[in-house]
Amino acid sequence: MSNPTLIDKAAVRAKRRRSLGRVWPNAVALCLVPVFLFPVYWMFSTSFKPASEVLTKSPTFLFSPTLEHYGTAAGVDMFWTYVRNSLTVTLGAVGLALLVALAASFAIVRMRFRGRKGLVLAVMMAQMAPWEVMVIVMYLIARDAELLNSIGFLTLVYFVMVLPFTIWTLRGFIAAVPKELEDAALIDGCSRTQAFFRVVFPLLAPGLMSTSLFGFITAWNEFAMVLVLNKESEAYTLPLWLTQFQTAFGNDWGATMAASSLFAIPVLLLFLFLQRRAVGGLSAGAVKG
Amino acid sequence: MTVSTRGTPPATEELPAGAPKSEGNDSGQRARLRAPAGALPYVLIAPAVLALLVFLGYPLARNIVLSLQQLGRTEMISRETVWTGLSNYTGLLNDDAFWTVVLRTFVFMAANVALIMVLGTLVGLLLNTLGKKMRLLLSLALVMAWAMPIVASATVFRWLFDTQFGVVNWVMRELGFAGYEQHNWFDSGFSTLAIVTLLIVWASVPFVALNLYAGLTTISPELYEAARMDGASNWRLFRSVVFPMMKQFFLITTFLEIIWVFKAFAQIVALNGGGPDRASETLPVFAYVEGMAQMNFGTAAAASVLTILILLAAMSYYFRLILKQEEEQ
Repeated sequence: MSNPTLIDKAAVRAKRRRSLGRVWPNAVALCLVPVFLFPVYWMFSTSFKPASEVLTKSPTFLFSPTLEHYGTAAGVDMFWTYVRNSLTVTLGAVGLALLVALAASFAIVRMRFRGRKGLVLAVMMAQMAPWEVMVIVMYLIARDAELLNSIGFLTLVYFVMVLPFTIWTLRGFIAAVPKELEDAALIDGCSRTQAFFRVVFPLLAPGLMSTSLFGFITAWNEFAMVLVLNKESEAYTLPLWLTQFQTAFGNDWGATMAASSLFAIPVLLLFLFLQRRAVGGLSAGAVKG
Repeated sequence: MTVSTRGTPPATEELPAGAPKSEGNDSGQRARLRAPAGALPYVLIAPAVLALLVFLGYPLARNIVLSLQQLGRTEMISRETVWTGLSNYTGLLNDDAFWTVVLRTFVFMAANVALIMVLGTLVGLLLNTLGKKMRLLLSLALVMAWAMPIVASATVFRWLFDTQFGVVNWVMRELGFAGYEQHNWFDSGFSTLAIVTLLIVWASVPFVALNLYAGLTTISPELYEAARMDGASNWRLFRSVVFPMMKQFFLITTFLEIIWVFKAFAQIVALNGGGPDRASETLPVFAYVEGMAQMNFGTAAAASVLTILILLAAMSYYFRLILKQEEEQ
């Protein structure tokens, strides 16, 4: 055994050196935090400012908060229609994608069939599909089929948008469930369907959770497609409403920022929650694989 | 993936998951345990394949067909199909305005990707040197910027850069710059794209930084120690230890960003609609305006096909990288 005090001293010295070396990084980090937070902070702070203090030459930083702008934004004609549209489109797309992807990724991971490799490749490429560049052709297709301003059609488009990512991610999660568990269930007399729903499915819950949340965020934020497909205000979703709102309300930046906050809050909250969850879920999948 | 795909974790990260690996020992066992799968796998994949064919495959094919037609206001109303061969393409390729858009798109993309990668890497390395509390604080700020929906942050940036009451003009005045009484940041294509760049870089640096940091934590500290012992400088440490270890990450992320920035749409449209006077249009926005505003759907489709071809070139590199990574694991 070596002399403990000597080692301690060395450790203390090393620690001191490290903490000294940390002054600069900490200072830089302290400058970066406001840089990244400022737009988010400014959105919220403007949304709570009294109207008289929003449109000023020199911005005020201290004020007595008010909810009046939220009243203006949420009081807009058909605001709740837009909320409902957004929720329908997003939840519909994610729900469908989960069902379809669960079946497909189970087949991809646990079965051998001709064209399996091709399918994996197709899914991977579809994940990078340039939807923004396809808006014109989607518009013409929807127009020919008289499906412009249709919430159902938009839901299906979003479903296909999130589907490849959902398959791709679930594939990893399913592969992480040990096959032996499933085999054991089969030997114990479960049918293949039973084995899936009683053994594999419960283990997939965290994976399904984070996958669907990412799908939710994608569909909730989507702008290009709804911009060309749904021109009538009854069929707007929240992102489209937000861009139109700004045009309609001109200089009412308080209300615009309140509208912006209302739209962003669900995503910000989900993301905070997801950050931990997703990293945990993904690394668990990766380690076990 | 799409759009907002900013919100999704890097597809590459969950690749390892062992699907290919498990296969080898699978097949033997399954043959003994189970009846041959038969039609079952096809039934299971059918809905997914069908959905992709109808909503992705068909539009892509239809896009090419459209690009060979003349489809303007008159044809839209008469519902006639007028075939024009490749004239939409030759029209575009002989149009100086189109080449301006192409050049602009590439310069814009290169500037954005360079900024994102350099700043993202620096912030990622910074995260790795910070103490626990500070790292948490910075990560939180990064996650907020990352999570902001594009349309929301574009709206906020419009407000930050507002001509009359924007806080940026106020800051410029406070810093003593002249000419910022009523400065209009959106009065030229260049200035508009500079703000779009700021928006994109702000929103994308967190993705690179947080993922790089996640990767860095897997490098064993002994490697740094050893390099330090040998007297390596910070730059040398990065070049000889961090970069080689994270080479795959840098390559894949760079290509992801190239693809994402190249097809950036919502940021440009929501900030200034490609204006003023179409001067901030990049290829995807050009195709959109050409179609929806100018009603030249044939030309728009041709521009879109060309854009997709350019994207495919970038993507093929990306896919090759991913496949290589999958094979290695």
